[in-house]
Amino acid sequence: MSSAIQAEGLGKLYHVGSLVPRQDTLRDALARGARRLARWSRDGSRDGEGTFWALREVAFEVGRGEVVGLIGNNGAGKSTLLKILARITEPTTGWARVEGRIGSLLEVGTGFHSELTGRENLYLAGAILGMKRAEIARKFDEIVAFAEVERFVDTPVKRYSSGMYLRLAFAVAAHLEPEILLVDEVLAVGDARFQKKCLGKMRDISEREGRTVLFVSHNMNAVQRLCGRCLLLDGGELVLQGPTPEVVARHLGSGAAAEAERWIALTGPRRSGTGEARFRALRYGSGSEAAAGQPYSGGPLELLLDIEAAEARTVSGLGVTLYDRNGTKLVNADILSLGRVVALRPGHNRIRLRIEALHLNPGTYVLGLWLADSGGTVLDYSDSALELEVVDLEREGFGARPVSDGAVECRFTVAEEEP
Amino acid sequence: MPTRSGIPVSARTPPLPVTVIRPSRGWVPVDLGELWDHRELLYFLVWRDVKVRYKQTFLGAVWAILQPVATMVVFSLFFGRLAGVPSDGVPYPVFSLAGLVPWTFFATGLVQSANSLVGSQNLLTKVYFPRLAIPIAAVLAGVVDFAIAFLVLLGLMLSYGIAPPAARVLWLAPLLLLAFATALGVGLWLSALNVRYRDVRYILPFLVQLWLFATPIAYPSSLLSEPWRTLYGLNPMAGVVEGFRWALLGTDTAPGPILAASAAASLALLVSGALYFRRMEKTFADLV
Repeated sequence: MSSAIQAEGLGKLYHVGSLVPRQDTLRDALARGARRLARWSRDGSRDGEGTFWALREVAFEVGRGEVVGLIGNNGAGKSTLLKILARITEPTTGWARVEGRIGSLLEVGTGFHSELTGRENLYLAGAILGMKRAEIARKFDEIVAFAEVERFVDTPVKRYSSGMYLRLAFAVAAHLEPEILLVDEVLAVGDARFQKKCLGKMRDISEREGRTVLFVSHNMNAVQRLCGRCLLLDGGELVLQGPTPEVVARHLGSGAAAEAERWIALTGPRRSGTGEARFRALRYGSGSEAAAGQPYSGGPLELLLDIEAAEARTVSGLGVTLYDRNGTKLVNADILSLGRVVALRPGHNRIRLRIEALHLNPGTYVLGLWLADSGGTVLDYSDSALELEVVDLEREGFGARPVSDGAVECRFTVAEEEP
Repeated sequence: MPTRSGIPVSARTPPLPVTVIRPSRGWVPVDLGELWDHRELLYFLVWRDVKVRYKQTFLGAVWAILQPVATMVVFSLFFGRLAGVPSDGVPYPVFSLAGLVPWTFFATGLVQSANSLVGSQNLLTKVYFPRLAIPIAAVLAGVVDFAIAFLVLLGLMLSYGIAPPAARVLWLAPLLLLAFATALGVGLWLSALNVRYRDVRYILPFLVQLWLFATPIAYPSSLLSEPWRTLYGLNPMAGVVEGFRWALLGTDTAPGPILAASAAASLALLVSGALYFRRMEKTFADLV
């Protein structure tokens, strides 16, 4: 079997800013240059602070027609690896050799413009994702039918419901025909019925059409159904590769569990607020040994928040929000609703926030954080600080549940009655 | 005839293209072949910009006319009437509009391309294609506005009874190309810088305004004597504007030397801009 992807020694070094995310301006650059020069002339060494390896010495091979899952915790380097293979960003070290055209699907709706109609967007997004105009024209009806938006083809997509939008966006991407497809989590879109359709389509792509797929997901269910082989990343390093059941078991046994009850640095780039106080790290857990500390349906979610403040101040808005993968807000625990204020000291502060019962079904959720002072000034806000896996304690294994389940947990019984 | 290094040509199974991904070092050449392969993408990006530009505006495409025409009126009043600036024997309104129409194309292209990368953050971080397509499309999209404004210019000429000299009109195409190359050259520099330093956003309006007055739009370059007039061509827009007047209004200020200087300056901007852009390209997705 010839290989479609071959990678050797891939690494990616990132420069991380200090407490406040760097707003690059010319003035900063000049100041930094001057500082570096001063330091360099003092001890003659290059500036090595504030860097971290998002990916380090990763070597693997993917055969043609293989469907390989890429799994690991938040920040393990999955997305970085995908972005390097998709040529969005360059590796710092190593090389990869890719045989065949590469299509990447890192986000649903890449290239869509809200002012344009469904038809126009289909052509635009198709071209951006690498399709030829003739190819899009040929598949047009098929794509529209797949997305189930026939009646709205000539409506601007800003008038679409979010479900319609996602369906159309996925449909374009699903009809790409590169030899190698890189997919990041996009199956987690739309309603359950559509998700199932997407999974089916993905399977078609690999099985019937013999294309190579590299698939990043937190959804172990989908990974197990789609992928023959998996790569497990941890802290930027490739720790295990092999048959899916083996790698998934290892990931669930130690990987997913390791994420709970461990400090996670919050370095995500999508932050706003003044930054006078910021969430630096958090630790979450359910305190349940059976779930390996992982939050579970109906169980408590306890968060330890490390907040760094520039000076002493009182905050009256401090909240934790959980969203589903479509960005719908599901849970919002804000001290404002308790009427409490929290006093922050200069430096690091530890805040414990406990959600008594998490009425969420098993699945992946996005956790957002929010910090505002008593005047209403937003100090720190991130709507996607990290992803949180809610597991199921009652059933065997993790996350096995009907695909058409809702987000909110529901306890129910059923009984047959005499008519 | 160049040989193709002895590889037998097999039409049955075209070999899969092989991509080698590795860190690049230093200067990266411009890959024109790859850009050509993505010409359809370029077309769609231009098409999108054109379609979206005046969506949900009340006046729509009238904006394309309003800007140069309003400036023309102001210039005619203050420079033409009050200050009595000479206009190479052409009625002042026609004289200034003939400069403002290519200028507006240039200025719009410059601003749009300088902001194009930052405005395409979602594309840069999610999908690969030659990044050069983004600023190029931003400048090209201005051609439609230019065409509309150009018709207004022709209308104004007609109302003054000025007919373009037939032999010279063909020169308009290379002149427009020169304006395009200049806008793109500066746009490449600024768009790449803008990814890293958002200062560009604040510099832009300032730069455009200074450049407007450094270009012979409100006044003729014939005010200068040689060799200064030729040196003036180092501002490529000076060549473009004087060229436009020569080709369209039949002014007898033959722009030969000034155009040569402008073409050279524009080429230098374009080549250096493209090289700088390519050098910075690998950092776009991480910094934008």
